[in-house]
Amino acid sequence: MDTKRTIFPNRVLPYLLLAPQLVITLVFFIWPAGQAVKSSFEREDPFGLSASFVGFQHYARLLKDPLYLDSLGRTAVFAVAVTALSMALGLALAVAVNRLVRSGRVYTTLLVWPYAVAPVIAGLLWWFLFNSTTGVLAYFLGQLGIRWDHNLNGTHAMILIVIAAAWKQVSYNFLFFLAGLQSVPHSLIEAAAIDGSGPVKRFFTIVLPLLSPTTFFLFIVNVNYTMFDTFAIVDATTAGGPAQATTILVYKVYNDGYLGLNLGSSSAQSVLLMLIVVVLTVIQFRYVERRVQY
Amino acid sequence: MIRNFITAGFMLALSASSSLAATEITWWHAMGAELGQKLEAIATKFNESQTDYVVKPVYKGTYPETLTATIAAFRAGEQPAIVQVFEVGTGTMMAAKGAVYPVYKLMADQGEAFDPKSFIAPVVGYYTDTEGNILSMPFNSSTPILYYNKDVFKKAGLDPEVAPKTWAEVEDFSRKIVTSGAAKCGFTSAWITWIQTENLSAIHDQPFGTLENGFGGTGTEFTFNGPVQVKHWGNLKKWADEGLFQYGGPVGGDDAATKFYAQECAMTMNSSAGRAGVIKNAKDFTPGFAPLPYYDDLTKEPKNSIIGGATLWVLNGQNDDVYKGVAKFFTYLSQPELQADWHQSTGYLPITNAVYELGQKQGYYEKNPGSDVAIQQITRGTPSVNSKGVRFGNLTQARAILDEEFQALLAGTKTAQDALDSAVKRGNELLREFEAAN
Repeated sequence: MDTKRTIFPNRVLPYLLLAPQLVITLVFFIWPAGQAVKSSFEREDPFGLSASFVGFQHYARLLKDPLYLDSLGRTAVFAVAVTALSMALGLALAVAVNRLVRSGRVYTTLLVWPYAVAPVIAGLLWWFLFNSTTGVLAYFLGQLGIRWDHNLNGTHAMILIVIAAAWKQVSYNFLFFLAGLQSVPHSLIEAAAIDGSGPVKRFFTIVLPLLSPTTFFLFIVNVNYTMFDTFAIVDATTAGGPAQATTILVYKVYNDGYLGLNLGSSSAQSVLLMLIVVVLTVIQFRYVERRVQY
Repeated sequence: MIRNFITAGFMLALSASSSLAATEITWWHAMGAELGQKLEAIATKFNESQTDYVVKPVYKGTYPETLTATIAAFRAGEQPAIVQVFEVGTGTMMAAKGAVYPVYKLMADQGEAFDPKSFIAPVVGYYTDTEGNILSMPFNSSTPILYYNKDVFKKAGLDPEVAPKTWAEVEDFSRKIVTSGAAKCGFTSAWITWIQTENLSAIHDQPFGTLENGFGGTGTEFTFNGPVQVKHWGNLKKWADEGLFQYGGPVGGDDAATKFYAQECAMTMNSSAGRAGVIKNAKDFTPGFAPLPYYDDLTKEPKNSIIGGATLWVLNGQNDDVYKGVAKFFTYLSQPELQADWHQSTGYLPITNAVYELGQKQGYYEKNPGSDVAIQQITRGTPSVNSKGVRFGNLTQARAILDEEFQALLAGTKTAQDALDSAVKRGNELLREFEAAN
């Protein structure tokens, strides 16, 4: 990639143009993040009347806490499951819609709908469908001999939040994959077809590699989504239960901080969560991006 | 945000220009449905009774949600004048000395009459500090009782007028109900933590924690993993496996009421304040009311049950006009007639002796059999240190832990002993945190 250098004579204007974004970043990100770091070293009473410095005590305790380590493992399972499921489904749907010439737009519109649903509503919707006493899906599972009960069965609860979280993200992935597919040059596919390669081979050797920038972008967006944006879904569907089986890191931050009023530990957790995401993103850019062809 | 500023500015201009504008008193509460409507009606009546003050009730969700919202608001300097805090939050509120304006002090400062002795003993015992001062205004106190479905009892061949007295009878009746097909399940329960753990401990005179269940100071530890609690949790698991007992969910156990109303479960245990809802929702059956069961092999004389419900706390940081209004409102709330109406229409306890006497004079308890079950249960016998109540810091969080451990028990991943041991261990960490922070 060669870099283009354009010289702008005005020295102030670029900063002025950047200023709004910088101010927003400062006020809504850097400052709260700094506050979180500060309070992660303190022990404070709930009403904020007194605070004392405790150093790394909260961090040390967290790293020894089996519940926190469990939550870390569960978050990994959740993130991988949601990302894989929603990206695979998004791609499959995009490929299917891309083949349709006339009705494609209708399907696109329909498939984008879930994205417009608020996470809480999405969570409640799935909670309702799987409700062990009144849910339709739970009833059908019962007919198949599976006693569904996400109120007591931790695995069921995890499956439930994975489905709810993936369902909401499929639309987003679908849109990007569809756009990616539509930018794949037809001439390449036609040429391959003339050379005698079948649709499956064309997909895996031509289309998929050309989609790699889209896939990479979606991969990062999806991982971040599972780490941060799934809070409302968990809250509405299982509230982290049963017995913390669905308490992923971001929910634990809320649970310990807001409900548990343990602000120090909660801040330490959010700092750790931030570090995890930073590390993940660095790894993704260093190692995964190398395989991406633009 | 901008709209708030504009409204605030507008209100300011309005109050400055007109001396007649009433002082607004915000009141955050956690009463939904039937109870919420009743509460709104009380505020409206007060507002209509005078022109100086306007009490604005705001529904803030469940008890834990109301408490956390208040704390968040206090930190942001936007706290309400009055907040309804459930009994579990008492320890937290008492420790927050800089945030709370004690009610006894408020009433004295504003020259309103306030006599702690007029309240029934369990209420006074629960909400006073070590010097005997009442820190919050008693409003809606409750205690759990047993509700049962007389029609299902009849269908199962049981006497509809006889409720189970002991846990052995609960088991026996439930089995008859389930095997006869009269209902799908024998019993369910709201508030596993409050009813099946805290009250169970009190009724069987077992300590829930050290230092008089926390009344003696913050250096306390939980001890609710004793043989009685372990036996009971073990039984609940056994009964759940057998289909006699159905879990109603964590915290308040919202599903418990649904299961009872839908006649899926023949009995439920819930706050006495559930009475309003039961009467309204039991359209196709006749409900019965009875005291909580006990183990007759563990105690011959069950102790009193313990208090639940909430009191009204006044928060610091308001101006004197507001506090004057709050004091007037509390005096208004304390009237026996108003309290009697609240108690009789909701199922909350009569919190003062005058209210109870008024009810007796009106013949209310005779006309409504079972309406005095709660008051009789909470005042029976002489309270011991174990049945006086529980008061711990971070108790809301400790209850959340108990809920989790109970779920682990029902899911079969832990035995009753393991689950309770683990809850005690995790709960004690919370107590140490609370001790260190206060």
